[in-house]
Amino acid sequence: MDAFLLQILNGLDKGSAYALIALGLTLIFGTLGVVNFAHGALFMIGAFCAVTLQRLFTLSFETIDPTRTDFLGNPMKVKTPYIESWFGPDIGAAIIDWSVPLAVLFSIPIMLGIGYAMERGLIKHFYKRPHADQILVTFGLAIVLQEVVKYFFGANPIQTPAPAALRGSVDLGQMIGFQANAIIYPIWRLVYFFFAAGVIAAVFAFLQFTTFGMVVRAGMADRETVGLLGINIDRRFTIMFGIAAAVAGLAGVMYGPLNPPNYHMGMDFLVLSFVVVVVGGMGSLPGAVLAGFLLGVLESFASTTWATTTIPGINQIIIYLVAIIILLTRPRGLMGRKGVMED
Amino acid sequence: MTKTTVTRRGVLKSGATAGAGLALPTIFTASSAAAYMNEPTGGTVTLGFNVPQTGPYADEGADELRAYELAVEHLNGGGDGGMMNTFSSKALQGNGILGKKVQFVTGDTQTKSDAARASAKSMIEKDGAIMITGGSSSGVAIAVQGLCQEAGVIFMAGLTHSNDTTGKDKKANGFRHFFNAYMSGAALAPVLAAQYGTDRKAYHLTADYTWGWTQEESIKAATEALGWQTVNTVKTPLAATDFSSYIAPVLNSGADVLILNHYGGNMVNSLTNAVQFGLRDKMVNGKHFEIVVPLYSRLMAKGAGENVKGILGSTNWHWSLQDDASKAFVKSFGTKYGFPPSQAAHTVYCQTLLYADACERAGTFNPCGVAQALEGFEFDGLGNGKTLYRAADHQCFKDVLVVRGKENPTSEFDLLEVVEVTPAGQVTYPPDHPMFSGGMLGTCNAGA
Repeated sequence: MDAFLLQILNGLDKGSAYALIALGLTLIFGTLGVVNFAHGALFMIGAFCAVTLQRLFTLSFETIDPTRTDFLGNPMKVKTPYIESWFGPDIGAAIIDWSVPLAVLFSIPIMLGIGYAMERGLIKHFYKRPHADQILVTFGLAIVLQEVVKYFFGANPIQTPAPAALRGSVDLGQMIGFQANAIIYPIWRLVYFFFAAGVIAAVFAFLQFTTFGMVVRAGMADRETVGLLGINIDRRFTIMFGIAAAVAGLAGVMYGPLNPPNYHMGMDFLVLSFVVVVVGGMGSLPGAVLAGFLLGVLESFASTTWATTTIPGINQIIIYLVAIIILLTRPRGLMGRKGVMED
Repeated sequence: MTKTTVTRRGVLKSGATAGAGLALPTIFTASSAAAYMNEPTGGTVTLGFNVPQTGPYADEGADELRAYELAVEHLNGGGDGGMMNTFSSKALQGNGILGKKVQFVTGDTQTKSDAARASAKSMIEKDGAIMITGGSSSGVAIAVQGLCQEAGVIFMAGLTHSNDTTGKDKKANGFRHFFNAYMSGAALAPVLAAQYGTDRKAYHLTADYTWGWTQEESIKAATEALGWQTVNTVKTPLAATDFSSYIAPVLNSGADVLILNHYGGNMVNSLTNAVQFGLRDKMVNGKHFEIVVPLYSRLMAKGAGENVKGILGSTNWHWSLQDDASKAFVKSFGTKYGFPPSQAAHTVYCQTLLYADACERAGTFNPCGVAQALEGFEFDGLGNGKTLYRAADHQCFKDVLVVRGKENPTSEFDLLEVVEVTPAGQVTYPPDHPMFSGGMLGTCNAGA
C-alpha cells in the first residue's frame, strides 16, 4: 500500500511537468493552429532562467588569501559574491539560497518576451504553410536554442538547489496514519506538484473569468466570426503564445531542483508532451492536463520492479502503448473535439 | 568492314562505372605500394582525435581535446614537456614522432556509435590519420575499435570503463589505458567492507547498456564475495531523466546500501533523486543507509553538487595526487588552461604519449610494430605508478583510486578526496576471467 501511494505521488509529480508543457502546447495549437516543436526548448530556457539568476546572484569579486594556495601552489583567490558584500553575509546568502523561487518572478517577463518574439519574429510567417513546415521550423529553432544554451552554459548538468528550508523530505505516511518511514517524500516534489496545480488553475481561471480569456476562447471556437466582430484576435493570440511560453518556462524553473538542468532537457520532455497532447485530444486544455497526470502515474507504475519483471521493458514503452490503445478506442483522444486536425 | 558504334548511352554508362570505381572508399583497398595504412610520407604525421564535441559528454570531450593539444605540443618540443619528463621511457625526444612533426585532426563522436564510426572513418580516409584515439563512452569505444581493426590503424581508447572493451570485444589493434568495471569492483569492495561492514544488503540501479551491465556484474561479485547480499538489481533506461520511480521502491526494500551503476547525466540525476528521498539520513537494519557510485568523474561530481559529499566511488586518476608525474601534468595543464585536468584528460594524454613512445621504440608507424611495442610494455611516471600494458588483452594494469566526495571542498575543483590507492596486484585478473571471456584478440591488421 505504501509503495502504491509512493508511486501515485511520483506519477503526479512527473505528470505535473507533462501537464504544464502539454497545456502550453495545447494553448498554442488551439489558438494559432501551430504545432510548436520548440516548446521543450522553452521549458529548458525556463530552467536556465533559474541558472542565470543564480549566476547573477553569485557574481563575485576576487580577493587574494595569502594563507592558502590553489591547485598550482599560487596564493588562492577567494571569491565573495557582490550581493553578500552589499547586504551582509547573512542576507546575501539567503538571497542566493532562494534563487530558484525568486527566478519564478525573474523568468515570467523573460519568457513572455521570448514567446512574443518567437511568434512575431518567426512563427507568424508559417501560419499559412503546411503543418510539416511548422514542425520543421520549430524543431530547427529548438536545436538552435539548445545549442545557444550549451555555448554559454556547457553540456554538463548544473545544480540549481532548492532553498535549504525546502530540501530534504517529509514523512507523509506518519501524517496520514501509516507507520513512520513508510512514505517519505521529498519536500520540493510536493512543492512542484502544488505549484503546477496552481499554475494550471490560474490559466483556466484566466481563460474562464476574464474578458480577454472569453475572447480567446471565442477565437479558438470560431476565429473568423470573432474577427468579423472587429476584434483583433491575432494580437490576443500572440499574447497567448507568450503566456504558453511562460507556463513552459515556469515548469522549467521549478524543475531545476528536482533534476539539475542541462541543455537537452527540453528534448527529453518534448516527445512525451506531444504524446500527452494527442492522448488528451488535440486542442483540449482539460484533456492535456488529464492526460499529463494519467501518463505520469502510468509511467511511474511501469517503472516498478513488479512491472518490469512481469513485462520486461514495459517502463520504456508504456506511454506509447497507452497512446495506441487510447487512439484505437477514442481516435480523437480522451477529450478531443470534433473537427480539430481533421480537415 | 567493322564499324565502331559509340552511343551517348554507352559513354554515360562506362563513365558512371569508372566514376563509381574511382569513388570507392580507399579504406579497404589501400595502395599496395604502402607498407601499411596511411604510412606517413612527408615531414608530418597525423593523429585523429575522436571525442564528443556535441551531445551530453561534450564537456568531457572538450577536456580530452585540451589534453590532446597539450600532448601534441609536448611531443613537438613545446611547453614544459609535462609528463614526458617523468615518463620512465626516454625514447621521446620532443622532436615529434620518429622525427616527423605531429599534427592532428579532430572528429565529433556525438557519443553515438554510428556518428563516431563515421568521423573515425573520415579521419582515416580523408585526413590520413595513422591512429585514432578518444571517446567518452564504452559503446562508442567498442564500435570505433572494431572499425580501426578493419581499417588497419591503431585505436588508443579514451574514457571507456566497460569490461567488454578489453574483454569479449577486444581487438588486436585496440589498447586501453583507462581502468575497467572489474577493477572498480575489486578496489572498492575491501574499502566498502572496512567502512560499512560485511553484513549489508545492496540494491543496484544500473544503466541499461554494455558499461552498466559489466559494472553491475563486477561490483555485485566483489561485494557478494565479502558477504554482502544483493536485494535487487534494476535496469534503468539510458534515456531516463527522472529516477524517482526507481528510487521509491528502494525505501521499503530492506536494502541498506544503494549502488548506482550510472555515469554522466544518469549519475547526476539518480544521485540527486536518492538524496532528495532522504536515503542518506535513513537508518535501515540498525545501520546508516549508504550510497555508492562505483565510477566517479570529477566533471560529473560537479553536476551533482553537494549530493556527492561522503559518497564512495573509484576513479582512474585525480589531480590532487602528489607523485611527480601527476604534479607535472597538473602544472602543465593548469598553467595552460587555468584549471586542473580531469581523469578523461589524463588518460588521453597518457595514451598519446604511450603511442608516440611505442612508435619510437618500434622505429615505425606500422600498426603491427607499434602494437608489438605496446604489448607487455612496463612503464612508470605517468601518474598511476608502475603500469603494465598486458599483451593478452591490451589492458593497462595499474593502481586504482578509491575516492570519496569531499565534505569541505576548498575550491570548485576540490570535490573528491582519495581514500585509498589500491595496488595494481589487487585489481589484476587472469586474461581468461569469466567476465572477460568470449572474444579473441585476433591478429594485428596493418591495413595494406
